[in-house]
Amino acid sequence: MQEILQELERRRAAAREGGGQRRIDNQHAKGKLTARERIEVLLDEGSFEEWDMFVEHRCNEFGMSEQRVSGDGVVTGHGTIDGRLVFVFSQDFTVFGGSLSETHAMKIRKIMDKALEVGAPVIGLNDSGGARIQEGVDSLAGYAEVFIGNVVGSGVIPQISMIMGPCAGGAVYSPAMTDFIFMVKDTSYMFVTGPDVVKTVTHESVTQEELGGAITHTTKSGVADAAFENDVEALLELRRFFGFLPENNREKPPRRPTEDPVDRDDYSLDTLVPPSPNKPYDMKELIRKVVDEGEFFELQPGYAANIIIGFARMDGRPVGVVANQPMVLAGCLDIDSSRKAARFVRFCDCFNIPIVTFVDVPGFLPGTSQEYGGIIKHGAKLLFAFTQATVPKVTVITRKAYGGAYDVMSSKHLRGDVNYAWPSAEIAVMGPKGAVEIIFRADAGDPEKIEQRTEEYRKLFANPFVAASRGFIDDVIMPHGTRRRICGALKMLENKQVQDPWKKHDNLPL
Amino acid sequence: MFEKILIANRGEIACRVVKTCRRMGIATVAVYSDADAEGLHVRMADEAVHIGGSAAAESYLRAERIIQAAKDTGAQAIHPGFGFLSEKADFVTALEAAGLVFIGPPAGAIAAMGDKIESKRLAAEAGVSTVPGFMGIIESGEQAVEISRDIGYPVMLKASAGGGGKGMRIARSDQEVVEGFRGAQNEARSSFGDDRVFIEKYVEQPRHIEIQVLADGQGTTLYLGERECSIQRRHQKVIEEAPSPFIDPETRKRMGEQSVALCEAVGYTSAGTVEFIVDKDRNFYFLEMNTRLQVEHPVTEMITGLDLVEWMIRIAAGEKLDFGQSEVKLDGWAIEARVYAEDPVRNFLPSIGRLVQYRAPTESKAVRVDTGVGEGSEITMFYDPMIAKLATWGDSREAAVEEMRRALDAFYIRGVNHNIPFLSAVMAAERFQAGRLTTNYIAEEYPEGFQGRALPDVQRNRLVAVAAVLQLRAEQRNAGIAARDDLGAPPSLQALGPIRRTVMVERDPHAATVTVEGEGFAVAYDGGRHHIESEWRPGQPLFQGRLDGLPITVQVDAAGPRWKLTHDGATVDVLVLRPRLAELAALMPVKVPPDMSAFLLSPMPGLLVSLAVAEGQEIKAGEELAVVEAMKMENVLRAERDGKVAKLHAAPGDNLSVDQAIIEFE
Repeated sequence: MQEILQELERRRAAAREGGGQRRIDNQHAKGKLTARERIEVLLDEGSFEEWDMFVEHRCNEFGMSEQRVSGDGVVTGHGTIDGRLVFVFSQDFTVFGGSLSETHAMKIRKIMDKALEVGAPVIGLNDSGGARIQEGVDSLAGYAEVFIGNVVGSGVIPQISMIMGPCAGGAVYSPAMTDFIFMVKDTSYMFVTGPDVVKTVTHESVTQEELGGAITHTTKSGVADAAFENDVEALLELRRFFGFLPENNREKPPRRPTEDPVDRDDYSLDTLVPPSPNKPYDMKELIRKVVDEGEFFELQPGYAANIIIGFARMDGRPVGVVANQPMVLAGCLDIDSSRKAARFVRFCDCFNIPIVTFVDVPGFLPGTSQEYGGIIKHGAKLLFAFTQATVPKVTVITRKAYGGAYDVMSSKHLRGDVNYAWPSAEIAVMGPKGAVEIIFRADAGDPEKIEQRTEEYRKLFANPFVAASRGFIDDVIMPHGTRRRICGALKMLENKQVQDPWKKHDNLPL
Repeated sequence: MFEKILIANRGEIACRVVKTCRRMGIATVAVYSDADAEGLHVRMADEAVHIGGSAAAESYLRAERIIQAAKDTGAQAIHPGFGFLSEKADFVTALEAAGLVFIGPPAGAIAAMGDKIESKRLAAEAGVSTVPGFMGIIESGEQAVEISRDIGYPVMLKASAGGGGKGMRIARSDQEVVEGFRGAQNEARSSFGDDRVFIEKYVEQPRHIEIQVLADGQGTTLYLGERECSIQRRHQKVIEEAPSPFIDPETRKRMGEQSVALCEAVGYTSAGTVEFIVDKDRNFYFLEMNTRLQVEHPVTEMITGLDLVEWMIRIAAGEKLDFGQSEVKLDGWAIEARVYAEDPVRNFLPSIGRLVQYRAPTESKAVRVDTGVGEGSEITMFYDPMIAKLATWGDSREAAVEEMRRALDAFYIRGVNHNIPFLSAVMAAERFQAGRLTTNYIAEEYPEGFQGRALPDVQRNRLVAVAAVLQLRAEQRNAGIAARDDLGAPPSLQALGPIRRTVMVERDPHAATVTVEGEGFAVAYDGGRHHIESEWRPGQPLFQGRLDGLPITVQVDAAGPRWKLTHDGATVDVLVLRPRLAELAALMPVKVPPDMSAFLLSPMPGLLVSLAVAEGQEIKAGEELAVVEAMKMENVLRAERDGKVAKLHAAPGDNLSVDQAIIEFE
């Protein structure tokens, strides 16, 4: 027995060594933590229980039988974040470059399956050179095992990917199917084909960073939801992010105690919307002043910034916030912003997170690039997502709500539960100037008449009253009382239940 | 007494006058421009009248509209505040013609004191000590040299119509006089349309000290002690105090009596201020007389217990001063700091925008806040970028300074840049505390410009202790996320026993051990120890409490996992971690932000309207480089120093984000 215990200790020590001190030092020299160090930062102190520490690969080709490392390049198990259960896999770049073997994949699938059974989220810390080439198709089969885990778990448990090193080729598609992708600046990159292949095929010269670095994916492609400065900050922020999510789709998101009063009025909001309709203002100020403690976890801040998405809390309860940003492209909807917000709305709906929408939208962005890019179908995604969502939906129109975009932005017509408007709201098919040019086309040559008609139109529609008289707006509220009113609406909606007819699944316009 | 007064001003002074009127039971009428439609003074006054466009020339300087507004509302008198029409003799005459009372001195006194040369002559005649100099108009460079030699170097050349430092030159040699004369003349012509220049002795180690006077026009003229306003930037006062740490009772009496003599000589009534320049041997020389209420009047009010606005109103209504010189007592010490929307680390460049967050310190007997803005107000380009005047009182200068440091710590402003870090740095400076002031204080103490304050160890250690407490409060609260009825509450901090954390200040680790102790926490760090009590909870912007029994205020901004703590003029970035995680954090690479000093960055998001320079072009400090339009306002960006344009990074028509590079310099 003593022998067995000694052997166990020896094996544990060997597994913890991973690829050995030299490779660990290399990892550190690159500014990266090791797989186990990352788990230490991510989870509550002492909460991690590791599984499959002794798993080894089964490959005998290319001299692989000589190289077996316990754990096979991925550390898996479960632990807690602020006391809440989470399953984790953390790829170990010091072991075979974190490459994915059949057994490596099996370990990941094992925690995914258990997470699904017990209803707990899965966090993947990705740092892998790609497929274990020596294993050939076994490795590819392994990827597919992980993909199945992702797909089956989608919408049942939250899945989060943190890219902390390379993630290339087939490896990208597992994170791509998780709910959120985060990246670490300067040390992580994701692409389907790397710079060398790009050079050969298209003759483009591009660096890894330009092709698939954190900045690229958080500003150009929109693939990643946020980028962080380094491993430690990324994992600490992931802990904070985790606090907004429920454990699974049967739970409500967790409430965090707060001392921020529900009835806190903020009079500075009364001057947020400038007197001139063409002047922008920062919608994030409204969000921060309305939510608990000014804390807003924004996602994709650098991508399609004309729409704002992210998590916050109201009276301690997580909400998903969707808002037009008048400071960017006047807050209009376009392809990128529609896709960005649609996916977020669907996540919230999957996981019982109420949606609070702030609207100041002049319409859809016109132009050939938008039409050729398929704005019709992409815009429909957001429309579909808001309509489909059965979680509590509270909407506040701060200023413009024009045309089809008004309908899209969680309007009453799309099953919005509580729809408020500020006194500055203008709900109409379009702005007064454009409307008059169409309705009174005959007067086009007479600026005086046009001016007069515009004023008439403005009086008639540039206010919330027409919509309110139809019941499309439940109430006109003062800006300073916005927090109180939203908190009240969410409380009223707490036990909302809506049953749609049975279907296998919907057919979202992809 | 008047029943209704119109206040021909805006911002904090208009609000301040309203307050006194309210106390006196007088109704008030505010006037406002387009930009001020939502202004605090408009909301505070009983009535408000719109008088025109945002530019002062279209509103607050339009005498006829203000007079009309007074007539329309039935106001009997007009308080001009300061600036705008407050020192325009014509305005006073027009008011009188319209049958309205001007709350201020008679037109004749304003006119007499309005011209620098004329006022000096009158002062000299009244027996007031004046700077040796030549009172007449100088015709040529040669004459200027002759006069300068007579006076003795160094000399100062000044525009007769000047103010705010424009048209001023110091000369220490014949050569410099010739050059300075031409320069001053040109500047005076372009700035004031009046190229008259005079010469006087340049006073070394000068202090700006002024006497507050109050005259009822019925035989009583009093001096209410002095104010020292030596801390100035760009010849504008930033910090004022009363009394002066430099003036003895004897000098005060002489300055006061000469000031009274001058007032009597010109038939002065109402409140006024006689400004002196005082040299290192306490010789004082008349500078000019301001025939109005001064911005810095609160410090005089705080040490005399008088309400100057009240007395201006009472005197204008024909009342007599009901006390004499012997009853004017100076009690304690008062300091005023002007809080400006400006960037102290960028040579005090004005900053405009929305006061996204604004919390002034709580007012008390010792703390006074005069402001015309609130959270959500806009600091516009149209008017003076002053946000507030913060004045504190103590029974000694030291106590007033301490009070000011605490009040500045509690002044929470976000959304526009402001000079609070600078004000705090001055309050903390040994030289300021010793009272060794001159009007060159800022240039002497910050020869390279103010670059922010490096926090001394004492304050740094305080922040280490505060950060540890903040973090534990936040951690404990987060533990509540998992709290479910069936699990019970998470363990209290007390039950957890001593908790070890590493406080990383920037990248320097400080080991801290926190133990619950009495009502608060004991924090042991690096060999020191602090006891902290505070009601602070996550989300609150101010950490207020007691540290080792003494009050402490720290501004807290959460930035992801980090805290930004602002205290005593410095902001530090703090990350508090379990000791093991701090070891791991130490492995993280240091990322040096790219050096952007060689770039012109866009100060705000906006549209690049034009570029005034081309690649390869030599530029001079102050030269226009680019125009950025934001919120429909054109902002001219100028060169901060001489240099050469290396590369243009943006083209007209581009949309710029904040801090986006526009021009790269060599």
